[in-house]
Amino acid sequence: MAADVSAPTLATRFKRPTFIGAVGGIFVVALIILLIKEATVSPSQFAQTTLIGLTNGAVYALIALGYTLVYGILELINFAHGDVFMLGGMFTITFGTHFFGLHHGQGVVTVPIVFATLLLAMLACGALNATIEFVAYRPLRGAPRLAPLITAIGVSFIIQDVGLAWKGPNYVTAPDVFPHSKVFSFRGVDYQWNHLIVVMITIPVLLALLWLVQKTRQGKAMRATAQDKDAAAIMGINVNRTISFTFVIAGALAGAAGTLYSLWATTVRFDQGFQLGLISFTAAVIGGIGNLPGAVLGAVTIGLIQSWNEGLPWHMPGSDWTQSIVFSILILILVFRPEGLLGEKTPEGG
Amino acid sequence: MEHTEAVDLQSRLSARWKELPEIQRTGTKIVLALVLAALLLFVDKALGFGVATVAAVYWLYRLPPLPWRLAAQAVLVLLFLVLGPASFGILLAGAFAVFWVPERRRSWVVPAVAVGAAIFYPFYQGHMFTIPVFGAWPDVATGVVMLVFVMMAIGLNIVVGYAGLLDLGYVAFYATGAYTAAFFTSQQFAGQRCPTPGVSVANCSVAVVPKHNFDFGAVGVVPGAGGIHISVWLLLLLAGVITAFFGIVIGLPTLRLRGDYLAIVTLGFGEILPQIARNGDNLFGTGVNLTNGPNGITPLDSMGFGNRISDATGGVLPSNFLTCCKASHFGHQIQSTDIFFWVAIVLLLLTVFCSFRLQYSRLGRAWIAIREDETAAAAMGIPLMRTKTWAYASGAFFGGVAGAYYAVFRSATFPGDFFFNISVFILCMVILGGMGNIWGVIVGAAFLAYLDREGLANTGAWLNTNLSATSFNLLVAGIFLAVLVWLLTRQREQVMRYVLVGLIVIDLVVFAGLRIIHLPIEVPLYASGIYGLIILIVMLLRPEGLIPSRRRAAELHEGVHDEPLYDLAHAGAEG
Repeated sequence: MAADVSAPTLATRFKRPTFIGAVGGIFVVALIILLIKEATVSPSQFAQTTLIGLTNGAVYALIALGYTLVYGILELINFAHGDVFMLGGMFTITFGTHFFGLHHGQGVVTVPIVFATLLLAMLACGALNATIEFVAYRPLRGAPRLAPLITAIGVSFIIQDVGLAWKGPNYVTAPDVFPHSKVFSFRGVDYQWNHLIVVMITIPVLLALLWLVQKTRQGKAMRATAQDKDAAAIMGINVNRTISFTFVIAGALAGAAGTLYSLWATTVRFDQGFQLGLISFTAAVIGGIGNLPGAVLGAVTIGLIQSWNEGLPWHMPGSDWTQSIVFSILILILVFRPEGLLGEKTPEGG
Repeated sequence: MEHTEAVDLQSRLSARWKELPEIQRTGTKIVLALVLAALLLFVDKALGFGVATVAAVYWLYRLPPLPWRLAAQAVLVLLFLVLGPASFGILLAGAFAVFWVPERRRSWVVPAVAVGAAIFYPFYQGHMFTIPVFGAWPDVATGVVMLVFVMMAIGLNIVVGYAGLLDLGYVAFYATGAYTAAFFTSQQFAGQRCPTPGVSVANCSVAVVPKHNFDFGAVGVVPGAGGIHISVWLLLLLAGVITAFFGIVIGLPTLRLRGDYLAIVTLGFGEILPQIARNGDNLFGTGVNLTNGPNGITPLDSMGFGNRISDATGGVLPSNFLTCCKASHFGHQIQSTDIFFWVAIVLLLLTVFCSFRLQYSRLGRAWIAIREDETAAAAMGIPLMRTKTWAYASGAFFGGVAGAYYAVFRSATFPGDFFFNISVFILCMVILGGMGNIWGVIVGAAFLAYLDREGLANTGAWLNTNLSATSFNLLVAGIFLAVLVWLLTRQREQVMRYVLVGLIVIDLVVFAGLRIIHLPIEVPLYASGIYGLIILIVMLLRPEGLIPSRRRAAELHEGVHDEPLYDLAHAGAEG
């Protein structure tokens, strides 16, 4: 009897799930059970891969923010962004090793050099991204929506070949300057400094970006332009300059990601930008494209999923399938929840 | 608003140019062509003469009155027949003859002549002149590849050009067709071999797929070979249908999405499917060998008409393409590649026919309506989902047929053939030719497929032998300079002017001073970048493509959206 009475109140409190929502929920619950099982089978390995996943996620967050910023302001999926990130890695190698003589085991001098390299790479990538916008996207402002998207693919291929011409078709090694000594070692879980440093540099950059967008005048102009270009222009905002500025910021983030990734993974190749770019784009979509905290959340999610998939031993598909998994997530999110986890529902999105 | 009055240098110059009298403009153009030809003579004689000839042909067509034109054309043709490569003279005569055909007949005379020329291509290919820069005419095997890619481009054109759905994963359809062909015409499911090479079935560590022996009208199967063998003719249809079904399966959940999201989703499918093919030798660790992994599936059965038809036609239709062809006609020993070429022409003609019929059908008009304005189309009672799904299925069908035919032609399928850049490559064909225009797509696809197979290698060889490193650097610097100056003349914003001037200086210093380009350059290595460049240039300068569809061009230039209040493309002169 009591159950009968409480049933309607339950129904009003919890919205009745749709069929798709139920299937998705069951799927997610099954995944979580699988993960818990994994964690109990080999806890140390689980913790280890989780920590690596966080580092992965930090790099993806930097790239994903670039996608999200540009999408927010132009509604353009900037395909070339991943390749700008790749060039960021190449800039790092050139600036770091050729200009500053950065190499393994230099001691404390490494710190200012890495920061100088980081700044230079951010600068170079920012300028490059703004140039791309100026040459390739600005002339297409009034064109149908798919025209700049197609152009972006073209630009992406061009930049890949610039990288190919610059550093050749093979992997280029970056100096291994981040220390591999352990931050802590707890029951077989080792956390190395090189993983932590990436996160430590990423977080201030993210905070700076958040401050820039939320608190500064320029950030206000960016948000206004993203909402309504015409109205922003009427309010006296130079729309074109604001868009250029957004591309500079996005490019600088890609440059920072390029530096961190190249110094962390110590290899760069001309075609890695495309893969990592798409993974990061997925991250941006998961979080709700156009949404800054969402991009970070999505990036950490993707980073964790990737490292769990590649690092855990038990019933995981393994690194051969990482790409398929990431793209499946992308497709599922776009089909069933195009506004992402944190995004708002838009009329066109659904 | 002030910025509408601020005129940039470029529009002033083009206004001046339009004010000039006709004769002066023509004169300038001819002089420029002559100067260009003379400059090129220094680099490569054949190229210089070629450019001069093309200019002469063009102006002979434009300028003189009829009798003079005829005489001049005859002289030009005779000149080449006597002195130069005679094959070029014949080609020229054919081109002139086509232009003498009355305008209203041209719409069928030109295609008929083109098809005729294509059918006889294997006979005269060996006697053709060498094209400057591009080298020899493509051989017949390249011709087959070109035809296959033209088919795929026409299929993609249905999706992108007619229905306006950007598909970045067309390679998935190509792969589906190719693997369908491979599954049904090879020993893949014979269960007689282990996926690890050199290991007998008994010692195989990976589970061997059980035996499926099935034979249905296949030609040239080794006696006793297991696996599924279906007649390739039937298979082409089957591959098309399966791929179309696959297209529907992909399309049903995704076609509700907005344009750019759809593009990304298709890209996702285009990446997942090849990965399944790549990892399919041990599918999800179950030991099922579906696709034989990176080693690919090979060999595939040959095509053929079978003994009965071959005997009935007195051997005109060969029973098996690979073991046929003893006959020699017009001094040319017919080879199996030639037969594949002719069959490809027939398939392509069918594709073109279907594409035309579709374009003007009720369905085709519905696609165009959706492309131009989805909301309005829906309001007019067009079922959006069903129409879009049909576009997807039709595009996939042709992609599948083309993929299957290509796999049979090569007698192999490898997962390495199905990367994202193939999708972009086919998209580039459609964009270059002109979205929505079948003739444009055919020309664009044939040219780009040729470039991919032979053209880039030949051009690269020519560049490396005929240009010195210095002149190459100067050339690239010149191109960059021209682009920057062009941008500068369009630019109204003062800050950007300074930036551009700075870039010009950097460009000059970098290329002329540092000589960053070293020879030899492996041009084919940069194929995808070249396609990217083509996409960029076409989208910026001529978004409707080389041979535009009139309707699509209007859309791209005037836009389908409302006019914005604020002219974003030309704003910001005053900061």
